[in-house]
Amino acid sequence: MPDAGPSVAVEGLTKRFAATTAVDGLAFTVAPGELFGLVGPDGAGKTTTMRMLAGVMAPDGGSALVAGCDVVRDPEGVKHRISYMPQRFGLYEDLTVDENIRFYADLFGVRRREREARAMRLLTASGMERFRDRLAGQLSGGMKQKLGLTCALIHTPQVLLLDEPTTGVDPISRRDFWRILYELVGEGVTVLTSTAYLDEAERCHRLALLHEGRLLFCDAPARLKAGMPGTVVAVTTTAASAVRDELRAMPGVSSLLIVGDGVRLVVDDAGARIPEIHARLRAAGLVATYVAVVPPTIEDLFVASVGRAAERGA
Amino acid sequence: MNWGRAVAIGRKEVTQIRRDPRSLLIAFLMPVLQMALLGYGARLDAKHLAVYVFDRDGTQDSQALLERFRASEYFELVRAVDDYGALAAAIDAGRCKLGVVVPPDFSRRLRDGDGVTVQALVDATDDNTANLAIGYAQGVVGAYSAAVQLDWIRRQGLPDRVAAPPLSIEARTWYNEDLDSRNFIIPGIVALAMSLVGALLASLTVAREWERGTMEQLVSTPVTAREIMVGKLAPYFAIGLADAALCVGTGVFWFEVPFRGTVDTLVIATALFLVVTLAIAFMISVAIPSQIGASQMAILVTLLPFNMLSGFAFPIDQMPAAIRLITYLVWGRYYLTVLKAVFLKGSGVLAIAEPMLAMVVYAVVVGTLATRAFRKTLK
Amino acid sequence: MNAAPAVLVEGLVKRFGTFTAVDDVSFSAQRGEVLGFLGPNGAGKSTIIRILCALLRPTAGRALVAGLDVTREPEAVRAHLGYMSQRFSLYDDLTAVENLRFFGGLYRVPDAVLAERIAWAVEMAGLTGRETELVGTLAGGWKQRLALGCAVLHQPPIVFLDEPTSGVDPVSRRQFWQLIHHMAESGVTVFVSTHYMDEAEYCHRLALMDRGRLVALGTPGELKRGSLRGALLRVECQPLGEALDALGRAPGVLEAAVFGDAFHVTVSAAEPALRDLPRWLTERGLQCGAIAEIPPSLEDVFVARVGGGRA
Repeated sequence: MPDAGPSVAVEGLTKRFAATTAVDGLAFTVAPGELFGLVGPDGAGKTTTMRMLAGVMAPDGGSALVAGCDVVRDPEGVKHRISYMPQRFGLYEDLTVDENIRFYADLFGVRRREREARAMRLLTASGMERFRDRLAGQLSGGMKQKLGLTCALIHTPQVLLLDEPTTGVDPISRRDFWRILYELVGEGVTVLTSTAYLDEAERCHRLALLHEGRLLFCDAPARLKAGMPGTVVAVTTTAASAVRDELRAMPGVSSLLIVGDGVRLVVDDAGARIPEIHARLRAAGLVATYVAVVPPTIEDLFVASVGRAAERGA
Repeated sequence: MNWGRAVAIGRKEVTQIRRDPRSLLIAFLMPVLQMALLGYGARLDAKHLAVYVFDRDGTQDSQALLERFRASEYFELVRAVDDYGALAAAIDAGRCKLGVVVPPDFSRRLRDGDGVTVQALVDATDDNTANLAIGYAQGVVGAYSAAVQLDWIRRQGLPDRVAAPPLSIEARTWYNEDLDSRNFIIPGIVALAMSLVGALLASLTVAREWERGTMEQLVSTPVTAREIMVGKLAPYFAIGLADAALCVGTGVFWFEVPFRGTVDTLVIATALFLVVTLAIAFMISVAIPSQIGASQMAILVTLLPFNMLSGFAFPIDQMPAAIRLITYLVWGRYYLTVLKAVFLKGSGVLAIAEPMLAMVVYAVVVGTLATRAFRKTLK
Repeated sequence: MNAAPAVLVEGLVKRFGTFTAVDDVSFSAQRGEVLGFLGPNGAGKSTIIRILCALLRPTAGRALVAGLDVTREPEAVRAHLGYMSQRFSLYDDLTAVENLRFFGGLYRVPDAVLAERIAWAVEMAGLTGRETELVGTLAGGWKQRLALGCAVLHQPPIVFLDEPTSGVDPVSRRQFWQLIHHMAESGVTVFVSTHYMDEAEYCHRLALMDRGRLVALGTPGELKRGSLRGALLRVECQPLGEALDALGRAPGVLEAAVFGDAFHVTVSAAEPALRDLPRWLTERGLQCGAIAEIPPSLEDVFVARVGGGRA
């Protein structure tokens, strides 16, 4: 009987290692059937948080409820209801695809007939049904990832915890992987995934942005972008540094960045500033092929938010 | 304890062992090789020791003495030299173990009844062999001396019994009549093989999972520490027993070491020894999550003490008191006692009750500690 | 002014036994350009870089670095290069200055200028006042800038960066890339190898690599504009399952996939689709929210160019 209320509820979660605080008072909730992303660079505390939620690492403070289980007080109890796929996929390279699946099925007490049916379905969906007898070590990165997911789903978890599952995987396999994740949440599984790829973060229903163990903010990508102060304007030009120097003096510009195509800036009021940009560039004799508002990226959000946090003296 | 999960862990371990035959090679080939090497190569007794002679007398009598040395199976007369220098050089260079010098007035003093000393120069860099050489030499000279005495008494017209020494001792060697050192090395190798299985194979099992990153996922599943331990150690237990059977078989049928005890006793003792060794290897593997580190520690804790302190290579009662105390901790010592008893003495259960009991206690204590050692959390 | 290219590669091929790691790759890079190799692991990026660094001999084809042939003058080529791989090059148990001195020695920077260069590198990395701290205690962003400093002590005209900002926090990443662009402006040619789309956006031009082949070459903008067969729309529509179905059958729609809580839909032409799709969806009883054209991401570009399944 699925519990009403959040699938995952974290409050004040803390973990310290020697001198550093890896996770500092983290708090967020995940609704059932949601695709939730823990996003942040290396060292932000993503893996540590995942491990605590999976019951394999004891927190130093705070509470965490996963699939209705209090993970802090009863870490073993949660393990029947979840599946955890760590960064290295947990595959045995010297075992075949079938042997890996059977192993995890046995650990979760999945009966043979059910295991056969589920394995067939999952392998066919990933295009791996021909590789059942291949050693896991001989699979490509994308296939290993899918096998890892198959093993994680050989029983029916309520919550799926994935730690940086797409690291180093080619873009096409990544797309397949996300398609599978969307199907899963469609079936009611709650998926919590961590990633350092900021572009991937946009695919989640909701995000928690982590920085140095703390939560920067937590909301749906679209709402986060809408809530960002200012507008992002992209100026496409081959004279990037000259343009940057020219626009630096302009009022209402809060961030100026050289990128591959030209310059990216954050302005307070696009309607007013864009004509001003054109004017200034014309006056300086600089050519820009394109000046327009562009949607902010997660990276824009991150940087703006870290800046705000720094101002607040965090 | 869920047997389904434990069996799954065991089955995986077996598959992995099968797919990496090198570890099996170590388990089975090394003991057999060691048996061959030690069985054929190492002799703690000494025979055919090389001897150089310096006969300064050159008479029939001195030749008679030297003939006795030649006839002895313990000695092999390699060369005769003319001076001390050559003799010393030969010993230095290791061309002989023993140099026999017969003094120039040997024959005259013998016939005059004045008493004569034959000099033996011994290479004592290996003191075991040196002691034996001296002993054998004394035996040869003593026998000649007795013969000379008997002859002298007969020429006096006295009865033979005057020459007989007042006391004599007759030694009967029990259990190992030939004093064949193989007979007690081979049982030791059985124990050594078990230690190898434990130290090198089982100590890697947990460390390997940590290193490869699979342990992290394993501990996130419902499997318990006890199931992991039993599942992972069971295959090595079976390998250990098979190994023991191989070594015992080779020892008995190839090297013809006598087997006078019962198979049951052997199996029980081996099982207990394996439980202890494997439990300790498991704990090491848990404590040291690197394969190299775990195997080195395992060798340090199981193989090395076994080699040095179990009575395998060096007799325990010759050790200083402090070290002897330490040997009580070396569980291999109890196993070795039982092994020798089973092979050579044919002892029944009561006679070996003490070491068996010691092993039972050890197994229970260590087994309990091992179960508690494994924690399903990352640090 | 069209000077000789800093790097020129023609018909480059590298085979390891039966495996072709680099398959007939040709391109050139101008002075002061930031050229990115974008592709998944195993695409051949590292192999190309190793060939250009004169660490591997090509099986066929030709590569000129700063006018020097990599097969004929490997030592000379290496003297003109700087190579930075943040994960591998720094010694954690040495201080920042000790690392710099070490690399200065390796690159044979003359003593007369070494002190000055070290001071410059320390300042560039923002480590003034922290030069004597052990590198192992520094956070990712600092290490990365320090590693860059180590790689350019000898002021090489060409620099290779191997995934320089993977996993690094966005603020540090931006600072790093501004540094790279500053270097490029002064004439240094920068090669970047990465599979991170975030990093690729900072490159002047991108070479897309897939399984040894150069699949596309152009500025990020050119690639985005020229890769898709049509236009990309973001469509909000509920409920998700039926909406996906309906979109798949809608006229003018080439492809539709879930993306977050909305859909990314590839259509043959943007304007007709923007006009007609909302009606099509509501006619089928679906609730339609915002619908707008969005620029394709580099991942979209990659998938469009490469396509197909993988084994």
